[in-house]
Amino acid sequence: MTCIPVKTDRKLGLAIDLDTCVGCHACVTSCKEWNTGAHSAPLTDLLPYDADPDGVFFNRVHTYEQDTPDGGRTVNFPRSCLHCEQPACVTVCPTGASYKRTSDGIVLVDQDKCIGCKLCSWACPYGAREFDVDVGVMKKCTLCVDRIYNENLPEEDRVPACVAACPTGARHFGDFGDPDSAISKLSAERGGVELMPELGYKPVNRYLPPRERKNHPVNTAAKPLEAVKAEGGFLGWVDRILSGKD
Amino acid sequence: MRPAFSVIFFTTASGAGYGLLFWLGLAALAGILPGGFWFGFVTMALAVGLISAGLLSSTAHLGRPERAWRAFSQWRSSWLSREGVASVLTYLPIAAFGVGWVFLGRTGGWVVAAGALMALGAVVTVCMTAMIYASLKPVREWHNPTTLPGYLLFAAMTGAVLLNGVLHLFGHGSQPMVLLALGTTILGWIMKRTIWRYNATHRDGPTLGDATGLGNAGKVRSSQWPHTEQNYLLKEMGYKIARKHSARLRIIAQALAFAAPIALLAVALIAPGWLSVVGCVLAALVQLAGMLVERWLFFAEATHTVTLYYGYADKEAAA
Repeated sequence: MTCIPVKTDRKLGLAIDLDTCVGCHACVTSCKEWNTGAHSAPLTDLLPYDADPDGVFFNRVHTYEQDTPDGGRTVNFPRSCLHCEQPACVTVCPTGASYKRTSDGIVLVDQDKCIGCKLCSWACPYGAREFDVDVGVMKKCTLCVDRIYNENLPEEDRVPACVAACPTGARHFGDFGDPDSAISKLSAERGGVELMPELGYKPVNRYLPPRERKNHPVNTAAKPLEAVKAEGGFLGWVDRILSGKD
Repeated sequence: MRPAFSVIFFTTASGAGYGLLFWLGLAALAGILPGGFWFGFVTMALAVGLISAGLLSSTAHLGRPERAWRAFSQWRSSWLSREGVASVLTYLPIAAFGVGWVFLGRTGGWVVAAGALMALGAVVTVCMTAMIYASLKPVREWHNPTTLPGYLLFAAMTGAVLLNGVLHLFGHGSQPMVLLALGTTILGWIMKRTIWRYNATHRDGPTLGDATGLGNAGKVRSSQWPHTEQNYLLKEMGYKIARKHSARLRIIAQALAFAAPIALLAVALIAPGWLSVVGCVLAALVQLAGMLVERWLFFAEATHTVTLYYGYADKEAAA
């Protein structure tokens, strides 16, 4: 049924730290690696070694420049499903293939029911859903539903693949439904941001904004080399010799 | 948004077909439905052909068309599902009306009741189609009060012009019918220009700053995409080819869908006999061609919030 549960027992989601994300795309490749063999397998690639490759990814890392009062900065921005509390991608689904789980709030697609009408991808403002042209069905982030409850994995590995892969610890996984959970506290402390709240989708995931750089660190960089003068000095002589001017 | 030809054809053809059925139903209610087997047969075949070809065409854009039957199940939440249910339910009064009017030659009694239900079903189905688009919050050009009246009026307009053409072809042409076709086409033109003006003046919506949640700290610019080539999102939601030519396409759409039919119908109003027939039939054909261009623009000019993440709004503002 594509009606949304009134209340979910838990609200599992991610907090993504835009302060520490270095834009290495490890979460992208790790997600692809796990999910191409998991619940939504395969994550088809079309013409991967051709001039115009295309493929299904659940996680995409954008890079932005921003002018702030403290100067310009670069912000890397991983974009994936926000597992919204009011997911229009679910309600627009004509077949019941898209659903939101009552137990943990994860939004999933039943690959056996999807007719590939693509309406859910139109309904998602965040671009979380990608169509698999080869299989003919819609695919999306599963929050690694087959890792987080997987008793065959060591307990520390029962987190989404993107979270496990992040080398800077910029991705956090947990229950936003519990105000005392580590992720809820982290989000509250860092002023976690909801994306486009005015659209009313009530996304669960939070983005932790880059910290303000008020105290600039001591500049430890070496001074630039002096300009090489053509008319004299040892380096000038080397320059002339190497340039074949003598 | 990418203009998928299957969906453009579906919304245009089924709109015209339901419009035609709507006017037939009203004519039955008003007791002015003409008799005659061949007129009835051709009109019903045209209407049923248009909506059926449209519905079949819409399944062509599915990734798994063999599962299309599942789309009837989620009518409680999905406008697309409701459209499917409404279109199938409407076939019942269409069948009853068609049998009664065409094969039994009746224009009264239960045929009138079937005609009324058929007209109601046509209106409801076109409403469901419009709501699929009007309900999509990420697409500003669709999620506004113009989409629903637009779809309804364009269906009524193409249906009226089509019915007028068939009536003339079978010698049932009348001045009030030409005036109805002319009037709905003039209203359609006003509506289309109103919709374009609405979209041109209501350009507020989320920015890249809102999309990334970074907006409060200063202006955000996209400096690198996550991928070097086009992906599904950009091919489906970031389609820009027709937008490049939108000024020219708008002129073509207005000329074919409104201006030419108005001129032809005006000629039909004053011209005698066969010239009037030619004018009415041509008006219907030209208008359908124009509505295909209009529907193409409806998709191509629609912008989706996901393109914000790729810096499209800035690029278009700069262009």
